[in-house]
Amino acid sequence: MRLITYYLVGLIFGLGISISGMGNPAKVVNFFDIVGTWDPSLIFVMSGALVVTFLGYRVVLGKPKPAMAKAFLLPSNQEIDLPLVGGAIIFGIGWGIGGFCPGGALPVIGTGKIEVVYFIAALLAGIFVARQFQARLL
Amino acid sequence: MMTEFTPWASLFGGFLIGLAAVLLMLLHGRVFGATGILSGVLFPSNSGDWLWRAVLVLGMVSGPVLYLLLTGSFPAVEVPVSLPMLLVGGFVVGIGVTLGSGCTSGHGVCGMARLSLRSIVATCTFMLTTFVTVFVIRHLLGAG
Repeated sequence: MRLITYYLVGLIFGLGISISGMGNPAKVVNFFDIVGTWDPSLIFVMSGALVVTFLGYRVVLGKPKPAMAKAFLLPSNQEIDLPLVGGAIIFGIGWGIGGFCPGGALPVIGTGKIEVVYFIAALLAGIFVARQFQARLL
Repeated sequence: MMTEFTPWASLFGGFLIGLAAVLLMLLHGRVFGATGILSGVLFPSNSGDWLWRAVLVLGMVSGPVLYLLLTGSFPAVEVPVSLPMLLVGGFVVGIGVTLGSGCTSGHGVCGMARLSLRSIVATCTFMLTTFVTVFVIRHLLGAG
């Protein structure tokens, strides 16, 4: 039962990515190309997701605990540090180069499009290298 | 490459993304961050957390198939960049989201919705650098 709920949550997310255009790199890059072939669609994706999540979290996080777990697991780190800002800068550069972000790319595997497999492979290589770096230096 | 402006489909798709984030918090008390979920599947820190993440990813991958069943075709996926750029982009994204502890879903949706200062700073930062990167590639270098 627990696993079915995880599957359904993933399915709703994947359907949302499919309908929204967030899994289409051409639309994503065009959103950022304001002086070129601008496509403002992505502001509607982000706004729609944010409004629902903001209101939903107000209700859900007011409850004593989640329906199927012992407690809410929320990130506790409050610090604005170099890894956060540096990582965000690097992520943005990569997003601009390739047009895929992790949440947009993962569902697209389901279309069988080979380009997204290449992207995910490179993404995993980057995650692996960064984790090695973190384990040794940070 | 021009793309069609799709405000209603994008807004509705965004609602569903938000619904998934709210349901994951309501049922399991967890933030929906694609980076953390994917990292947890490929580089698990403890075995008890592996299976639910793998099933969640399976659900995500099934999204386009449900879209196919509902509409009769897969969602459009047009890649406007070359294969080397796709690979470099993927590798750089992997480094950035790991160091920055999140991506568009974790920081941009869930963190912003919690009014987390870290997520607001991260989201504004990566939106800005993505904009600058696209500008440099398309309009200064004339590529893409």
